[in-house]
Amino acid sequence: MAVNKTVQSKIWVFTEQRQGELAEVGLELLGKALELAHPAGWKVASVLVSHSLENGLCEQLLSFGADEVLVAHHPLLSSYCSQPYAKILENLIREHNPEVFLLGATAMGSDLGARLAVRLRTGLSAHCIGLELSPEKKLLAVVPGWGGNVLARIYSPHTQPQMATVMPGVFDMPQEKKTTGRIVAVEVNLKPEDVTYRILETKREAIQEHALERAEVIIAGGWGIGSKEDWQAVENLAEVLHGMVGATRPPVDEGWAKENQMIGQSGRTVHPKLYIGIGISGEMHHMVGIKGAEMMVAINQDPQAPIFAQCDLGLVADFKEIVPQLIGSIQNYHKTKQKDDSDLSH
Amino acid sequence: MQIIVCLKPVPDPKHWHRLGLDPQTKTLIREGIPNIINPLDRKALEAALRLREKEGGEVVTLSMAPSSAMPVLREGLAMGADLSILLSDLAFAGSDALATSYIMATAIKKMAPYDLILCGNQTLDGSTSLVSAQIAEFLDLPNLMHVSAIEAQKSRVFHVRSQIEHGYMLVEIKAPLVLSVAKEINEPRYITLMNILEGEKKEIRVWSSKDLSLSEPWVGLKGSPSQMADLFIPEAKKKVEILQGDPSEMTKTLADRLHRMGYC
Repeated sequence: MAVNKTVQSKIWVFTEQRQGELAEVGLELLGKALELAHPAGWKVASVLVSHSLENGLCEQLLSFGADEVLVAHHPLLSSYCSQPYAKILENLIREHNPEVFLLGATAMGSDLGARLAVRLRTGLSAHCIGLELSPEKKLLAVVPGWGGNVLARIYSPHTQPQMATVMPGVFDMPQEKKTTGRIVAVEVNLKPEDVTYRILETKREAIQEHALERAEVIIAGGWGIGSKEDWQAVENLAEVLHGMVGATRPPVDEGWAKENQMIGQSGRTVHPKLYIGIGISGEMHHMVGIKGAEMMVAINQDPQAPIFAQCDLGLVADFKEIVPQLIGSIQNYHKTKQKDDSDLSH
Repeated sequence: MQIIVCLKPVPDPKHWHRLGLDPQTKTLIREGIPNIINPLDRKALEAALRLREKEGGEVVTLSMAPSSAMPVLREGLAMGADLSILLSDLAFAGSDALATSYIMATAIKKMAPYDLILCGNQTLDGSTSLVSAQIAEFLDLPNLMHVSAIEAQKSRVFHVRSQIEHGYMLVEIKAPLVLSVAKEINEPRYITLMNILEGEKKEIRVWSSKDLSLSEPWVGLKGSPSQMADLFIPEAKKKVEILQGDPSEMTKTLADRLHRMGYC
């Protein structure tokens, strides 16, 4: 059987997987890449590195709209190791010359992207929060700098491919649709000594990958909450609004909130329908993570807090005088609604 | 054990509100903002000092910065580094991550032999997290990022814990290697007056481009593939509504809005 091994796609998206599970950021990037590529007359390939072809991942990527799925496989590739991964991808890129190569700004993507950019002697825009394609088909990557106080558009006009790592949760997941793409499988050469470290143990919490990124309601607290005891108010409000809890850096450092609840430049990028920030001053490195919020409410004692220049609705007040009473009012509405519902069912 | 620690002087975040944007040149105005050791690089130095205490050897810091960074390097020496090397040359200015890594890696080759190169996982100002892995690639060495624990085993083998999303992996890896450390790794020591005085006696060696065999073109602004198309300050929202009245009136209004939006 003649197999066509030519890859036509001009935008390649590295799709990260650990233990046979695709990271959502790879799908988010696939969706964005399709949106950028198709008007420019380009195709998009999802690129997988895997120890097997039998795990259904290629088919899954096709169902999310990839024009091509390029899968490099070898039995030694059961877990991530930066050097062999970089070598394999460098060879594929040199052979097929994509214009753009995108990765998630995850532990794996940041490491791999950095190495690949050196191997290919090209520029890489890291931790992007936006992607654009110029009329000249140059990739413009929006990058926060100086704690997000400024944003920059970065590009690498003279080297190829143009590379970027993108923060998880910035783009929406693509819709599943009828599969029209094709799979290009490449068996790669690898020696055991190419794998330069041995993983002794892997531990991962079984939590939903991007729960905070997908949350519709987020109640976030900042330094202004003041103590672990008072942090409970943030948790309580989140509970009655069926939302999730987010935080700025100080509550995480103080141990009131968890690291994976941190929103902002060095944390998560979220886009809830409703965001309520309590005791948050509005430093840009937090605000850059909530730019996508539809309705932004701020509660802070300090009328000068920068958050009041950026929110939709501001309450200049001590949260202790607002939140408990607000929880009470919300519970009353819930009760009234339940009563209405049960009245209707009679 | 020979350990190299990459230290980057960064503008003190306490003064970032003074950063301005020159409307004409679109460049950042950062005059008069003091430098500190990038916080994660300080943790990398602390990790190096702890390894030296156990295993013996030498800790050398390596920085690429203008000569105004001297006080920051002195701080590294006060903490306990044995020697400090500063790569300083006007030709280095404007280097992106690729160019920076290339220059640093070239200097590290000159500093051989070494067992371990330690960096902070990211810097406060650029936050690209690229340089450690790129140094490793230029030197063709293995690397791990987000490192939260390092344990030296026998015969130049290390057990390293590397944080990944929602967890970690424990890895066995052989020197020489590059590690970039995460926040969790340690709490850096305090510097005493005695330490400062000891630091003053130690050497800071300055290398310019002439001291390095830079054979590739990746140096400085011209040698950087990444360019800034433009720089902009994020737009503030236009319509902000500040609620009036006492706290209980404000609460009532907010609860009413949430109700009308369908949240309760």
